[in-house]
Amino acid sequence: MSMRNYEPVIGLEIHAQLKTNTKMFSSDSTRFEASDNENTSPVSVGMPGALPVINKQAIDFAIRAGLALNCQIRKKSVFSRKNYFYPDLPKGYQISQYDLPICEEGFIEFTVDDEPKKIQIIRAHLEEDAGKSTHQGDYTLINLNRSGIPLLEIVSGPDLRSGKEASVYARTVRQILRYLDVCDGNLEEGSLRCDCNVSVRKVGTEKFGTRVEIKNINSFRFVEKAIEFEIERQIDAIERGESIVQETRLYDPDKNKTFTMRTKEDAQDYRYFPEPDLLPVILTEAQLSKIKLELPELPQQKCSRFQKQYSLPFYDSEILTAERELSEFFEEAVKICNNPKGVSNWMMTELLRELNEAKLTIQQSPISAVNLGTLVGLIDKGTISGKIAKTIFAEMWKTSDHPEQIIKAKGLTQITDPKAIGLIIDELIAKNPGPVSEYRAGKTKLLGFFVGQAMKASQGQANPEILNQVLLEKLKG
Amino acid sequence: MKTTDLSIKELRNKIQSRELSATQVVETFFNRAQSLNKKLNAFITLNERAIDEAKHLDQRLAAGENPGPLTGMPIAIKDMLCTQGIKTTAGSKMLSQFVPPYDSTVVARLKKAGAIVIGKTNLDEFAMGSSNETSYFGAVKNPWNLDYVPGGSSGGSAAAQAARLAVASIGTDTGGSIRQPASFCGIVGVKPTYGRVSRYGIVAYASSLDQAGPMTTTVSDAAEILEIISGHDQHDSTTSQKKVPNLIVPQEKSMKGFKIGLIKEYETDSLNADVRKTVHSAVETAKMLGAEIIEINLPLTQYAVPIYYLVAASEASSNLARYDGVRFGHRSDFHSLAAIELEKFYCRNRGEGFGSEVQRRIMIGTYALSSGYYDAYYNKAGQVRRLLTEQFRNAFQKCDVILSPVSTTPAFKIGERIADPLTMYLNDIFTTSTNLAGLPGMSLPFGFSTQGLPIGVQLTADHFNEEKMFTVAYALEAAAHLSERIPNVNA
Repeated sequence: MSMRNYEPVIGLEIHAQLKTNTKMFSSDSTRFEASDNENTSPVSVGMPGALPVINKQAIDFAIRAGLALNCQIRKKSVFSRKNYFYPDLPKGYQISQYDLPICEEGFIEFTVDDEPKKIQIIRAHLEEDAGKSTHQGDYTLINLNRSGIPLLEIVSGPDLRSGKEASVYARTVRQILRYLDVCDGNLEEGSLRCDCNVSVRKVGTEKFGTRVEIKNINSFRFVEKAIEFEIERQIDAIERGESIVQETRLYDPDKNKTFTMRTKEDAQDYRYFPEPDLLPVILTEAQLSKIKLELPELPQQKCSRFQKQYSLPFYDSEILTAERELSEFFEEAVKICNNPKGVSNWMMTELLRELNEAKLTIQQSPISAVNLGTLVGLIDKGTISGKIAKTIFAEMWKTSDHPEQIIKAKGLTQITDPKAIGLIIDELIAKNPGPVSEYRAGKTKLLGFFVGQAMKASQGQANPEILNQVLLEKLKG
Repeated sequence: MKTTDLSIKELRNKIQSRELSATQVVETFFNRAQSLNKKLNAFITLNERAIDEAKHLDQRLAAGENPGPLTGMPIAIKDMLCTQGIKTTAGSKMLSQFVPPYDSTVVARLKKAGAIVIGKTNLDEFAMGSSNETSYFGAVKNPWNLDYVPGGSSGGSAAAQAARLAVASIGTDTGGSIRQPASFCGIVGVKPTYGRVSRYGIVAYASSLDQAGPMTTTVSDAAEILEIISGHDQHDSTTSQKKVPNLIVPQEKSMKGFKIGLIKEYETDSLNADVRKTVHSAVETAKMLGAEIIEINLPLTQYAVPIYYLVAASEASSNLARYDGVRFGHRSDFHSLAAIELEKFYCRNRGEGFGSEVQRRIMIGTYALSSGYYDAYYNKAGQVRRLLTEQFRNAFQKCDVILSPVSTTPAFKIGERIADPLTMYLNDIFTTSTNLAGLPGMSLPFGFSTQGLPIGVQLTADHFNEEKMFTVAYALEAAAHLSERIPNVNA
């Protein structure tokens, strides 16, 4: 795509739903599967007289996320009211944070096409979600189960320069949040939502162009595509001599286009003011250092540890640490067989392929880490050949059985006894006098033929090394 | 003595000794309330189940249970406090059909102590008013003279209490709404320290100012009620963890050594002569009882009314946003919802559901919070408010309790000031600073005007120092001998 001497400037606002058991300001459940308006109480439906009470777990989660995003954590943060009317906003205001957010001034680092990037996090603040409107013909139905669910809004600096960078940034944030176990990062269920601010400017200019916000994009692929479309649209408009209108747009994935949702003239004055029903959140150094100590290993740390500790290439380490659960699976399997590269190969070539095809997550894998580690160990010990291992793997995938159990049931143990292998080879030599004499006359290329035939005769169970040895000896004559 | 003239303690003794049943007590009050309400318009709703609830209490008493210190006490609740299953209107057309599914903490605590909600009292719409004339359910009459206002916004509670339609009443006070009507109706009215009493379940007017409190015929009755409703509530983060003091039995029996502060800035020419006389006589009584009188300066109190109307209106504009006709509140009679734009839907519901005083305050508040005006109004008001609180803190280094008028005049005539909001707002000149600073304050009956209308004096103490305030109140009450004077209202 051509930039025609323009530089895109992109910033992301990511709304991450925190995995608390109860809502941000009430003891209502946050269970996603609940029936319509089941997870409600006087507080979350905005009943006259109801008051919010801060969920301490949400504060802890926000601090955890803030620390992992290299943010400063405010010792005193304040909730404010953001006032606007909408039918699924039952109080007529959203409790959010405004001038004193809990996390500020952080950054994250990642690479895009081997180029290192450092993106500023301007702030990460806590707020409550609104309800959900469903428009049906003449009516709008409102479900308030989501009303009051805690969100962490993570705002990046205007540091991103392409749709791809933006999507890698968003994926990295998601990965960190999932590692911290504070957000499940499920874009389809809306537990992670992205708003993208996009503008373009002539290369070399300092001043930002007029910015357009693209709201609620529900996949990383669409983040990339929506931004790329929007950049082109803006450059085209400027080239035609038009000016960019500050507005909010929506992305239509079917048409791969963005279109106007509302313009700045409709922009609301939110009349923010400190929420008088809540006291400021005061944090102590002790609280913060306790949470800091409890922070888990983060993806980038884990990736470099995997390279060092397990002597894995960067490529393997990056894939295996992409998800916390995947890395845990790997380490559990390695514990069994002590062959990191072996486990890595089996996971990356066989297991991940199967999981992808079956659309399963690693947690849903029919093959457990212990069983995969055992399988690799059995190969290493020579109990089975790599070829047999594939058969066993397929069986493990089907039945979830332990590999040794499958070997026993199917009689798939490797034949390592040279005498037993000798008998097979004797029979082979007797059956093929022609090729034998050709080999003995110097056509040593025929060795492959004999290996193949012998392996076939052993139903693949012969140990290849011993088979080779015995075969060479017997063919000598 | 008539049952309706007894104090909480006297009634408790009679109920515990079975001289009176809870049913008899509640029935007596209920019948009186039902018949006198036609004149006073003090109640919006009477609790039709009150007598049945009393019967249930009697059964529990007969079974040897002791349901609590307020067993069988009929209490009138301002219609700002949510009562499960009983309409809670906030005096507004907007909520005229609202039946809460839950009890406010104050009501829950009273019920747990054995009290019975006798009814829901009339008030200025959403507690916005000083005369009880802004109620959708009509003006309340002052029991001492039916041509006069009872004050507001807790005018229904004050009138009901003065006319002995309940043993005790609950009001709410955002800028004087307990103390001013208590003064106009000749009863005791206490606004506790902000954070002393839970706001959970009380229709919010101005969240940083609202407090509920007792409105009673005697100081000890106020203490009885306050003790029950006070204390931390997990549903209200702004409630204090501080221990609730024993106010029923005063720690100090005399005012000897007490320093009573008089605010210099409150000596204004606009003070009515009868009010001036009453305050003066309270000061003289305090002196006689051994108190030392100290003059204090609180220059920022001159800004209390404007700050109050900025803070209260701003918070109200947000608190009242939920009444939009979607889930709660009046919904206009639309022929077809499909054809109406969302904005028009809101405008019509809110335009019809709110009265003019409420609309005025929503507009003032919306303006004060608007971008470009926030710093000049809301933010500036907050800064002055902090400084005012600081001045009070310094004042309480010099004195224990501040004594002042409650309002510039005794009760005024119905209709006299309703067309002039500014005069009405200035009525709150002595009461609003107490709310802005979060201090405890109370009104204590101490005299009568030449026209025979009651006049109270205001006592204010430092944060969470209700004990000192009550000590002074007990002493002044004993000297004034006014609690036996009951207005003569005939059905």
